[in-house]
Amino acid sequence: MRQIEQLEKSYLKDKLTAFKSGDTVKVHVKIKEGDKERVQVFQGTVIGRRGAGMGATFTVRKMSSGVGVERIFPLHSPNVSKIERIRQGKVRRAKLYYMRDLTGKSARIDEMLEENKVEEKK
Amino acid sequence: MKEIIGIKLGMTRIFASDGEAIPVSVIEAGPCVVVALRTTEKEGYQAVQVGFGQKRANLFNKPLTGHYKKAKQETRRFLKEIKSDSELKIGDELKVDIFKKGEKVDVTGISKGLGFQGVMRRHNFNGANITHGQSDRQRAPGSVGSSSYPSRVFRGQKMAGKMGKDKVTALNLEVAQVIGEQNLLLVRGAVPGKKGTLLKIRTSNRPR
Repeated sequence: MRQIEQLEKSYLKDKLTAFKSGDTVKVHVKIKEGDKERVQVFQGTVIGRRGAGMGATFTVRKMSSGVGVERIFPLHSPNVSKIERIRQGKVRRAKLYYMRDLTGKSARIDEMLEENKVEEKK
Repeated sequence: MKEIIGIKLGMTRIFASDGEAIPVSVIEAGPCVVVALRTTEKEGYQAVQVGFGQKRANLFNKPLTGHYKKAKQETRRFLKEIKSDSELKIGDELKVDIFKKGEKVDVTGISKGLGFQGVMRRHNFNGANITHGQSDRQRAPGSVGSSSYPSRVFRGQKMAGKMGKDKVTALNLEVAQVIGEQNLLLVRGAVPGKKGTLLKIRTSNRPR
């Protein structure tokens, strides 16, 4: 077991942006088109994180022209080149699946109070 | 033909350079040390007996202690025969770096013991109707044969019983990575058994 953890360690990203459920993030995703590579930005609310080690993923939800879009990203994938935290949300649960049933005003998430905000650890 | 002994450590995933997530089984393979030789002249076939792992010398009985002493080797946890066409001598070490990334291998081991299982799990039977007046028959095997002729159940009839703990070979698995200094072999896909299962890894003899 220890050997696997050690093996994973060499693959894990060592500098990860701290973010939680409820935060608004910009995810920079590398996309391959033929032999060209470009970076696409997916901005939305994190509605959940799961897993540990190499298998860790997070789900980002956004409303795109009235339609809810969710993407699940592997946290340590090299295709996820950058994660930017834009806003810290104040939520009371780890998984915000209830957001799927909400639209309009009720689908907002309050911003975290200034004194409760977590600073990025380097 | 290359062959090596290892134990399964578990599974994880790694990412390829293009971002593809590869599910891998992690195997601690080797170093295996040659303890005895099997020759065509004496035994009628060519192979080598290798030792793998560690086990304290005082846990061995006299015959086995003598066997290791004869080869002037330390005692090992496992003693297995593997095929080899290369010229190996007693005391030679086989390491995981005999395999390279991208090679195809077959992995043999004893699968997880699943205990006594019914026919639906063990033989993929469909089970019975929930409706049509039946009760308590949903996972039953149904008929196991005819009546007065033949008046018996044919041998080989699929029934409930002990499942798993069979010798299973996973064919044509791709070597995803070899980490020589830690004796680790990363193989794409699942391999038989649970963590700690003894595995035999050989060059695939029927590559696609």
